[in-house]
Amino acid sequence: MKKKQTGAQIVWECLIREGVEVVFGYPGGANLPLYDALPDYPIHHVLVRHEQGASHAADGYARSTGKVGVAMTTSGPGATNMVTGIATAMMDSSPTVFITGQVASKLIGYDAFQEIDVTGITLPITKHNYLVTDVNEISSAIREAFYIARTGRPGPVLVDISKDAQQNAIEWEYDDSPIKLPGYRPDPTLSRGHVQQVVDMIQSARRPVILAGNGIIASGAMDEVLDFAEHTNTPVAMTLLGLGAFPASHPLALGMMGMHGESWVNTAIQEADLLIAFGMRFDDRVTGNVKTYAPKARKIQFDIDLSEINKNVPVDAALIGDLRHTLRQVIDFIQPCEHREWVETIQQMKDEASAHSILTDSGDKHLYAAHVIDELWKCTDGDAIIVTDVGQNQMWAAQYYKLDKPARFISSGGLGTMGFGLPAAVGVKMGNPDAEVWLIVGDGGFQMTQAELSTAAQEGIKITIALINNGYMGMVRQWQEFFYDRRYSATPMRNPDFVKIAEAHGLTGLLVTQRADIEKTIQQARQTEGTVLIEFKVEKEDSVYPMVPAGASLHQMIRRPVPNTAFEKEEAQSKAK
Amino acid sequence: MKSTLVVLVENKPGVLNRVASLFRRRAFNIDSLAVGRTENPDVSRMTIVVDSDQLNIERLTAYLYKLVNVIQVYNLTATPSVDRDLALIKVQANDESRSHIMQIVDVFRARIVDVNSNSLMVEITGDEEKIEGFIEVLKPWGIIEMVRTGLVSMARGASSLLVDPIPVSDFNRITV
Ligand SMILES: Cc1ncc(C[n+]2csc(CCOP(=O)(O)OP(=O)(O)O)c2C)c(N)n1
Ligand SMILES: [Mg+2]
Repeated sequence: MKKKQTGAQIVWECLIREGVEVVFGYPGGANLPLYDALPDYPIHHVLVRHEQGASHAADGYARSTGKVGVAMTTSGPGATNMVTGIATAMMDSSPTVFITGQVASKLIGYDAFQEIDVTGITLPITKHNYLVTDVNEISSAIREAFYIARTGRPGPVLVDISKDAQQNAIEWEYDDSPIKLPGYRPDPTLSRGHVQQVVDMIQSARRPVILAGNGIIASGAMDEVLDFAEHTNTPVAMTLLGLGAFPASHPLALGMMGMHGESWVNTAIQEADLLIAFGMRFDDRVTGNVKTYAPKARKIQFDIDLSEINKNVPVDAALIGDLRHTLRQVIDFIQPCEHREWVETIQQMKDEASAHSILTDSGDKHLYAAHVIDELWKCTDGDAIIVTDVGQNQMWAAQYYKLDKPARFISSGGLGTMGFGLPAAVGVKMGNPDAEVWLIVGDGGFQMTQAELSTAAQEGIKITIALINNGYMGMVRQWQEFFYDRRYSATPMRNPDFVKIAEAHGLTGLLVTQRADIEKTIQQARQTEGTVLIEFKVEKEDSVYPMVPAGASLHQMIRRPVPNTAFEKEEAQSKAK
Repeated sequence: MKSTLVVLVENKPGVLNRVASLFRRRAFNIDSLAVGRTENPDVSRMTIVVDSDQLNIERLTAYLYKLVNVIQVYNLTATPSVDRDLALIKVQANDESRSHIMQIVDVFRARIVDVNSNSLMVEITGDEEKIEGFIEVLKPWGIIEMVRTGLVSMARGASSLLVDPIPVSDFNRITV
């Protein structure tokens, strides 16, 4: 039945219809009508401390729950503050909807106070966006926004709503007729002939490797990938965002590929005769030099996004569609395969690499981030949701926290956004109140969005923060060490007392300076109520190994020097130059 | 190589900007772009000429399809089709030169649309080649001003791009 409703009320009604329970936001002049209506609706609003925080929180919520994350801000600076978060969501295909207030429609185009062309600014960083200046168009825009955000290759959609459209009232009733988007094809279907050719290539491979990406998680195709890998006995390498898409503890799991991938993983890719890519896009951090990438391998790419095919790496075959469906169709035609020799060869490389592992180095008593994350993995039975920031902390988290389940490694991959971690962790916890949520963050990135500690405190939620304090912008320092003659220009930081910062928010701060204290402090933090920050004062000049220098071939890795042979480190570095 | 793409889009505000922005962002050069209405009031039709190799045209097509408002993309380069550009050319003309120019206009089947004591305005339609040729011949007489609409293109035969779209499953393909 039709009821008189304002545009603001219609927005909330529509959000409820979409199943929204939590919204991250910040009020201001151009979205006051929305905030005025909010208390009447059963939606929990999380007040962030900076709009960037709202955008990352919505993104973290979305990645960890698979539901659409929602953030809302006012016009002008409120909207531009979200730009980094929207771009982050875009690069990593995170299903999100951003609702921004806009100045009154009659002022649009006149440089009114806090007027900015938000749909223009966000055009290249959204999957789609809307400018709504008529209250009659609000509900269709929001319905379409959610539909577009969560279907096909997911991504951010922005809806900019003028203040008068929020204020005006109409006789309204929810319209659930089918959405009409003549140009939008979220799930293309495949033809039988292509399937047969792909099957033949898989069947005749001797050294195949699966490249598992974020698309597996987006599609929910974990079971299909597991079936496929076991059925064909194909080892599985993972991208950063593909971590958890295939269980790390599975005998066929190789680990992470790419710039900071394990040596045996990158070597296996370079030696492979067939690469089978599932929902990954051959990013340059994954391929190294594309000209020398996997030179012996034929390549098959499974992706829902046609524009990813042949984009970075030319492939021999491609199947476009939702991976869950495409893979199902392929599996049915494949005979079981063995590949025993190949799997054993990789295992040997893996065993040899353990000499380089800092975890097995008993001589050196210093505190390394690797020990922290390894211990964290053990203490939490590998069952926590890990949110990371960007830099060395992120790579160590990826290398040492071995995930068996999907959507538990929440990290900014494509954009590499420092400051993502803390607000994303708030979003993750809001979406997963019963899960154990750990944030692994560097001293630099933490300070970029540190204000969101207030948000965590206000919400009374428990996040546990492992702050890896190396006193440097570590990842940049590492590049300076390897490629710029150790000129540490603008990377050392004089840091605040992080424990006191936690305490100033009414939260618990703990300090660890030696290896022996890691485990008991982690356990103490887990048992403490509310958000806890542990500052780990780690070795200042440790580096992430292995490392494929940018633009080098994937097998040209700088390896961690075998303990006590410092000269090898020097040698490795001079080779890299 | 020059390719002619016909892009059918939803007739909504801002769609031209989305398409143009895509070309800029992905570093494709637009040779010409013409937009106009179609037999269906909800659909606009763009004819875009781009200078790019085949692989990049495929990439571009895929990117265009990612735009929510893009309904169909058709590459007419290799399809038998009618191509038309329209130019208005203002050329210097006095009592002495006017009749010479009018002869040229006749030969090219162009039309004089404005006459003045010092100039003539000529309208010509045709494909790229014809118009280029006409401009070359007129140049020595002194071109004062010129404008071209950009190419529009339509495939020969009875089919309609809107009614007989390419099946999307054709995107699944094997390249070896
Ligand atoms: C917003 C942003 N600015 C700059 C960078 C470049 N950058 C990448 S890693 C890094 C250093 C990060 O330092 P820290 O947070 O202390 O982490 P660490 O590498 O020491 O673990 C920088 C500056 C970035 N990724 N994001
Ligand atoms: Mg640091």
